[in-house]
Amino acid sequence: MGLSLNLNFGEPGRSYARAYTPGDDFYEELIALHQNLSDEQSAQVNARLILLLANHIGDLAILREAMTIARQDP
Amino acid sequence: MLSTYQYQKFEYHPPRELGADKAVRHPVVIVGAGPVGLAAAIDLAQQNVPVLLLDDDDTVSVGSRGVCYAKRALEVLDRLGVADPCVDKGVSWNVGRTFFRSEEVYSFNLLPQPDHHRPGMINLQQYYLEEFLVKRARSLPSLDLRFRNKVVSMRAQDDAVALQVETPDGVYPVEADWLIVADGARSPIRRMMGLEAEGKVFMDRFLIADVVMKADFPAERWFWFDPPFHPGQSVLLHHQADNVWRIDFQLGWDADPEEEKRPEKVIPRIKAMLGEEHEFELEWVSVYTFQCRRMAKFRHGRVLFVGDAAHQVSPFGARGANSGIQDTDNLAWKLRLVMDGKAPDSLLDTYSDERTCAADENLLNSTRSTDFITPKTKTSLAFRNAVLGLARHYPFARALVNSGRLSVPTILADSVLNTPDEAAFAGDMAPGAPCDDSPMRAQVDHFWLLGRLGNRFQLLVYADKPGDVTQADALQALMSGSLPVDVILVTPSGGRSPHGFRVFEDYTGRFAERYDARPGSAWLIRPDQHIAARWRALDVRRVRQALARATCNQE
Repeated sequence: MGLSLNLNFGEPGRSYARAYTPGDDFYEELIALHQNLSDEQSAQVNARLILLLANHIGDLAILREAMTIARQDP
Repeated sequence: MLSTYQYQKFEYHPPRELGADKAVRHPVVIVGAGPVGLAAAIDLAQQNVPVLLLDDDDTVSVGSRGVCYAKRALEVLDRLGVADPCVDKGVSWNVGRTFFRSEEVYSFNLLPQPDHHRPGMINLQQYYLEEFLVKRARSLPSLDLRFRNKVVSMRAQDDAVALQVETPDGVYPVEADWLIVADGARSPIRRMMGLEAEGKVFMDRFLIADVVMKADFPAERWFWFDPPFHPGQSVLLHHQADNVWRIDFQLGWDADPEEEKRPEKVIPRIKAMLGEEHEFELEWVSVYTFQCRRMAKFRHGRVLFVGDAAHQVSPFGARGANSGIQDTDNLAWKLRLVMDGKAPDSLLDTYSDERTCAADENLLNSTRSTDFITPKTKTSLAFRNAVLGLARHYPFARALVNSGRLSVPTILADSVLNTPDEAAFAGDMAPGAPCDDSPMRAQVDHFWLLGRLGNRFQLLVYADKPGDVTQADALQALMSGSLPVDVILVTPSGGRSPHGFRVFEDYTGRFAERYDARPGSAWLIRPDQHIAARWRALDVRRVRQALARATCNQE
């Protein structure tokens, strides 16, 4: 299984009346995470967040795929 | 200005009560004849409740203002007899496109399902909606609509609400059993009562321009993030009736509203957007800010707050007027049952509970849209632009693009009026949900299910054949009494009921699909078309219990 690029947010056991809700829940928390931080502090938080999530994913093939996409100019 | 619309002045008549020292008592007084106050008044008056509707002005809304009316609001307007002129005059649309800089990154279709009567959304200038509502209001004998009648003071008591009303010819007193407050975001009545709507002001300004032009853009909602013609900000384009186009430009907090409204300033902005080849005329311009807030409770004794007086949201998502119309849909039947002595007044507390819950959903979604559209920090801007960049290629990012989560009805899943399910059903038609539409037929007559639902409690019973009904006598008994339930059989093949029930033929099978219907399934529907209860096997005793629960009549 490669990198999942379809919407994948949600919480186990919760059902959502609107498909956009779990993604919006995540996005709100992500922005709130950075509240009252300086740009430098935010960059540090982002770096730590990437490292934590990367370790959780673990599979280097998937991580390489994600890194390639992230590096591309959209 | 406003070359496409002729504003009519509504006539003012000096009220009979002028000079009287004793107040005339009215069962219901509604303050504010905007779309929400008018909807409330029509809903009650068409159920023969005498209504006095007061408005301090004598014309419809100046400028297009509330432009997008969603499917659910249209379904409510259908019940009020006003949806046809709105849909005929308005521009129906379902598709929205989102652009980042100069490229399209995402599009949505509000109505991917076929076989619904009403479109996902129409665009219609608010003055047309108000005009149609006023026309309908004036056709109702129990509705007394008075323009240039301004409430200047009020006193809420345990047994009545006392008002002083100012007219061009003087002041007169009015007493009301119940007062519905629909006097808008600044709500003078809310202030007179010393009540607050708490929330926050967004530090941003938006310019709205209504532009008349003949253009061949499709009837779609177009939203730009950071477009080349308005760098760093957002722009929204909507097609309205009479070839009027609504353009919203985000300006930023530091913009000077008076300066920005000047045609010399507005016209170059529009030319940059449309290109030199489109000829247009500027019809109406306004600069606005907005707040996201609501009152803690919408009921204060005999005073009931609806619409913007009770809650305000950012405009992204069209959740203002649409939710106000749904407030009245929720309130009217409850108030009528309480006035008729068929339900205790605690039923009105459920109006507040259900609609504050809806307001919270609207506030949450419109605040999220606003935060996505107007990022407040460098980091949130970086995330926002990363989402937009990824959205071109990757579906997950498209789902995160938030240019407005457009108004959909709240599913009142946690309402105390619901009877919880005892059996499993698939699909969305759970207790608290507003009924989905479906085409129906009875002999040669074709109609929409929602056109036959509402204004009273109804029980839909699904059967293979019209004769396959158990407990026919008990069902018939349900149709009479002080709180009658109108029983309708829904069958896949039609025919006549040997027991005399009305039969709706689900000739497309959409009803069975949307409601996960099986023979014996039944749904109790509230007068506002929300589902109160459903069962796999019909038991009239349970229906009576659910009816009691849905009206706060449970022991």
